Amino acid sequence: MKINEKFGVLNIDTTLYKTRISSRFSNRIPYKPVDPHLILSFIPGTVLDILVKPGQTVKKGDDLMILDSMKMQNQLKCNIDGKVKSILVSKGDRVSKGMVLIEIE
Amino acid sequence: MAINKKIKELQEKREKVLLGGGEQAIEKQKALGKRTARERIMALLDENSFNEYDLFVEHDARDFDMAKKSLPSDGVIIGSGTIYGAPVAIFAQDFTVAGGSLGLMHSRKITKIMDHALEMRIPLIGINDSGGARIQEGVNSLAGYGEIFFRNTISSGVIPQISVILGPCAGGAVYSPALTDFVFVVDKISKMFITGPEVIKTVLGEEISMEDLGGARVHSEITGNAHFFALTEEECFDQIKRLITFIPWNNGQKAMAFEPREPKPEYNINKIVPEDPTLPYDIKDVIRSIVDFSDFFEIMELYAKNIVIGFGRMGGRTTGFVANQPLEMAGVLDVDSSDKAARFIRYCDAFNIPIITLVDLPGYMPGVDQEHAGVIRHGAKLLYAYSEATVPKLTVIIRKAYGGGYIAMSSRHLRADFVFAWPSAEIAVMGPEGAANIIFRKEIMSSDDPNGTRKQKIEEYKEKFANPYVAASRGYVDAVIEPSETRKFLMHSLNVSENKIIQMPEKKHGLPPF
Repeated sequence: MKINEKFGVLNIDTTLYKTRISSRFSNRIPYKPVDPHLILSFIPGTVLDILVKPGQTVKKGDDLMILDSMKMQNQLKCNIDGKVKSILVSKGDRVSKGMVLIEIE
Repeated sequence: MAINKKIKELQEKREKVLLGGGEQAIEKQKALGKRTARERIMALLDENSFNEYDLFVEHDARDFDMAKKSLPSDGVIIGSGTIYGAPVAIFAQDFTVAGGSLGLMHSRKITKIMDHALEMRIPLIGINDSGGARIQEGVNSLAGYGEIFFRNTISSGVIPQISVILGPCAGGAVYSPALTDFVFVVDKISKMFITGPEVIKTVLGEEISMEDLGGARVHSEITGNAHFFALTEEECFDQIKRLITFIPWNNGQKAMAFEPREPKPEYNINKIVPEDPTLPYDIKDVIRSIVDFSDFFEIMELYAKNIVIGFGRMGGRTTGFVANQPLEMAGVLDVDSSDKAARFIRYCDAFNIPIITLVDLPGYMPGVDQEHAGVIRHGAKLLYAYSEATVPKLTVIIRKAYGGGYIAMSSRHLRADFVFAWPSAEIAVMGPEGAANIIFRKEIMSSDDPNGTRKQKIEEYKEKFANPYVAASRGYVDAVIEPSETRKFLMHSLNVSENKIIQMPEKKHGLPPF
């Protein structure tokens, strides 16, 4: 323990504790509920084909895109009924995990 | 005499092989800040204690022009020697010979010394510095790894197994260290991973350096695969030697006894812990105020710092310490700290080392990340490890012991042999603030002065329940003691439990929540 060390505060069961806060805790990504309007890449890969166009009406279960990853062709399906608002990637793009690929409205 | 000629012949043969991969390869090794395999063995073992076996072993691979290649000792040195007089079996992969790659005979040398260690019931030390499987030898290489993993598993809990990573250790090779008891790494030298940066880039498009992927720091701070971190090979060997003094040669023995020594006076147990349970302090100072000569040998110092584990001596005898660390994340239990402590408890139990647990924690860490990371399953490991352990278990409750955390930290209910509490102990379902908010919700809500009522109710709860005497009145705590009496009580309890015997129901093995 260093003299005059500045501590953080951790709340456990509404009691506030003066303590060192780990970088893992302070850097954690707060949880966000899944938004069915956003089609995300669930794995890094390459966009092999885009099967819809902006403005197109889509139904739950429709194929939207083929994502090539780990030597597999993955069909990305629509979660809800709606309309394609925008497509944020193009054919041949390499995408990382968790990127927004298509927005549905 | 004819025999002299033969002796000369042997000497010549030896000299040729002792050079390993040759001067050029040795220079390359040195340029990386690494010692040769032979230098490492000499640095680690007592002087002149090393007996080498299988110096003249050669591979008999024929494919891919291997027949023309001579690989001295097939890239690995095996033998036995002593550390502070304690016998150890040792192997060291020689990176200067074909990159320390593992072929059939290389693996047979390793398994030979492993069998030897198990049969002789002596510790095994493996120095890993290898590019991986010798691809030219195909499935024979894989067979070699499998034979090593099998022996690691069979020897587990019988003899101490120590892995030293002093170079690359990639692919299947990492699983041998992972199966052993203690893994030592050195900054910038050790590299461990299942798939390297190149494969990750090709398959997933993610770019990362070898160091950031599986360097010594990563495994000491993030993954928990390594137990000891050093800046140089020399420091690493000192750590290994020190560890050897704390552990027994095998599971049928106790660790070497030393002369008892009093703790150093600068660690004053009465002055370390603040009264307010929300304020931090360094629990290691409390440990140092209790153990012989204030000498505490910490394990996994950089990983899950909210719990502290390691060895110290009480009256000359090795003792394992598990302690919440209020200085880091208030000492909460979470996925990583439960995992860290549970494995250490099982180690102590396997090797007849009594466990002292120091308790000061606010409970389990709340959070989506914790729940989704499996805090139920990982937290349960701690309960399992303490319940299953039959070595003497001593517990000291220093301040907070709330809720599930109280139960998990070697409570009476998990069959701790002796439970002591300081007068500052608060043994309760949760902290006074949280408890008062729930129990007196109606009163607080309907009050004209909710804040005043809340404060008053918190005080009431503190008065009644935030102390050791409720637990003591049920016999869950054996004695409420003054901090300055801690060492005396612990030493006495350890003496009393020297011959502890517990009968467990017969079973093939339990099913810990791995």
